[in-house]
Amino acid sequence: MPQVSVDETLFTWPSDELRLLGSRCIDCANHMFPRQDDCPKCAGNSTEDVELDTKGTLWTWTIQGYPPKAPPYVGPSDPKTFEPYGVGYIELDGQLKVETRLTINTPEELQIGMEMQLTTIPLYTNDDGDEVVTFAFEPIN
Amino acid sequence: MAKSDDVAIVGIGITSFARSEKSGMDHGVDAVRKALADSGTTWQDMQFAFGGSAAAGAPDTMVSRLGLTGLQFINVANGCATGGSALFSAVNSIKAGMYDVGIAVGFDKHEPGAFRVDTRKGGLGQWYGETGMALTTQFFGMKLNRYMHDYGITEDTLGKVGEKAFRNGSMNENAWRRKPLSEAQVKESAMLSYPLTQYMFCSPGEGGVALVLCRADKAHEYTDTPIMLNAAVVRSRRFGSFEVFSRHLAPEFTEGPTVDTSKAAFEMAGIGPEDVDIAQLQDTEVGAEIMHMAENGFCEHGDQERMIAMGETEITGRLPVNTDGGCLANGEPIGASGLRQVYENVLQLRGQAGQRQVGGDPKVAYTHVYGAPGISGVTILSK
Repeated sequence: MPQVSVDETLFTWPSDELRLLGSRCIDCANHMFPRQDDCPKCAGNSTEDVELDTKGTLWTWTIQGYPPKAPPYVGPSDPKTFEPYGVGYIELDGQLKVETRLTINTPEELQIGMEMQLTTIPLYTNDDGDEVVTFAFEPIN
Repeated sequence: MAKSDDVAIVGIGITSFARSEKSGMDHGVDAVRKALADSGTTWQDMQFAFGGSAAAGAPDTMVSRLGLTGLQFINVANGCATGGSALFSAVNSIKAGMYDVGIAVGFDKHEPGAFRVDTRKGGLGQWYGETGMALTTQFFGMKLNRYMHDYGITEDTLGKVGEKAFRNGSMNENAWRRKPLSEAQVKESAMLSYPLTQYMFCSPGEGGVALVLCRADKAHEYTDTPIMLNAAVVRSRRFGSFEVFSRHLAPEFTEGPTVDTSKAAFEMAGIGPEDVDIAQLQDTEVGAEIMHMAENGFCEHGDQERMIAMGETEITGRLPVNTDGGCLANGEPIGASGLRQVYENVLQLRGQAGQRQVGGDPKVAYTHVYGAPGISGVTILSK
């Protein structure tokens, strides 16, 4: 099945080397995700595009245990078949902590500080028959 | 002796926060009429009004029901600090010498279930909602998970805070949830956003609160028991704090807006946390109450574990917290929620809180709201 990105401004897609698309402030080196032109740290407005690191550590996490309201959610939200999913912040050393879906949805398998890497997960199949994907992080082994 | 720029609360009105057939606006109008009656004033006496609502219509349209007197009526919408911002605006209108007497009113009515978030309106991008991350509940779960990891707060303590809220709510005739729940029932209910269960969260709800305020040197024209408003402060977040709907966080850590708001309020009132006899702290969920105890200066991070085990935040404890059951038992109608806290403190300082009255003749009372998008409001009242 062909895959498309939920939003092409978020990560390189299609790509052999998946990367999150961020910004870096030219004045104060603050990193941001997703891309933006203004820097909330120094209140400047000159930023450059950067690709963020693909590996980091889990800073905090939770498990979404009930179906989100749809809209806005586009993933499976039928209460009868809903599968909880993980959400967390991954600390990318020296850059930022990015909020992300996790591939893991059981508390026993998640620990603050564990090493994680960038991947994608499917959200739903659109009217064209394409599988819509978004970015996520998974444990490194 | 009260100064002309001091502000007193001389009338309070609240509606039942239980789910009902009423509209949000009905709650607002009823709360205003009750506050007017409590202060012995009429709508015609009001020189100005600030009205807050997030989801229940423009507050100023209530003049068509309350009376077309021509008063200045300003609508306020400011996220979870909507009610607090209406109060803040009213206080400063009096302090500035513009008016002698007026009213702050907040009301709301939300659909059942978690808040539906308009990500575009919030400047977040449509993808954020589409991918299942625009849920306030996730933020609370994640902030608390990290906090428990860093400061050793246990799941039992989460359960105890829930048990206290529903016990206090059972003594509050205006609360939505009045059935006491045990620590075990709170802990064992459905897991919504780890580590938080169903009964550890408040729900969007409905209700209205109104407060009549006046120049303190005129307060005795209205009541024998004026309550002084010593501080009302609203602050937004600074760079590096961890807030709801943060698509990324900075590598460095900055204290959240609650810490800044609290410090500014204590400075304005000229007192410290040790002087406070009773506190209403934002308890969107049980962990929020726990974390906010420290963020507002009432203890060190991690001390909550001991304080709660000792019952220090119970109505009979050293620092009673959320004596009316808080958001957990009352729900969270955004426009009314911060004013509900002030209402409760006025009752407690007047000694009119009935079954849930705090003993020892409390003299200083504190309120705190926190919410999207990283905003906080604090008031300090005294008698």
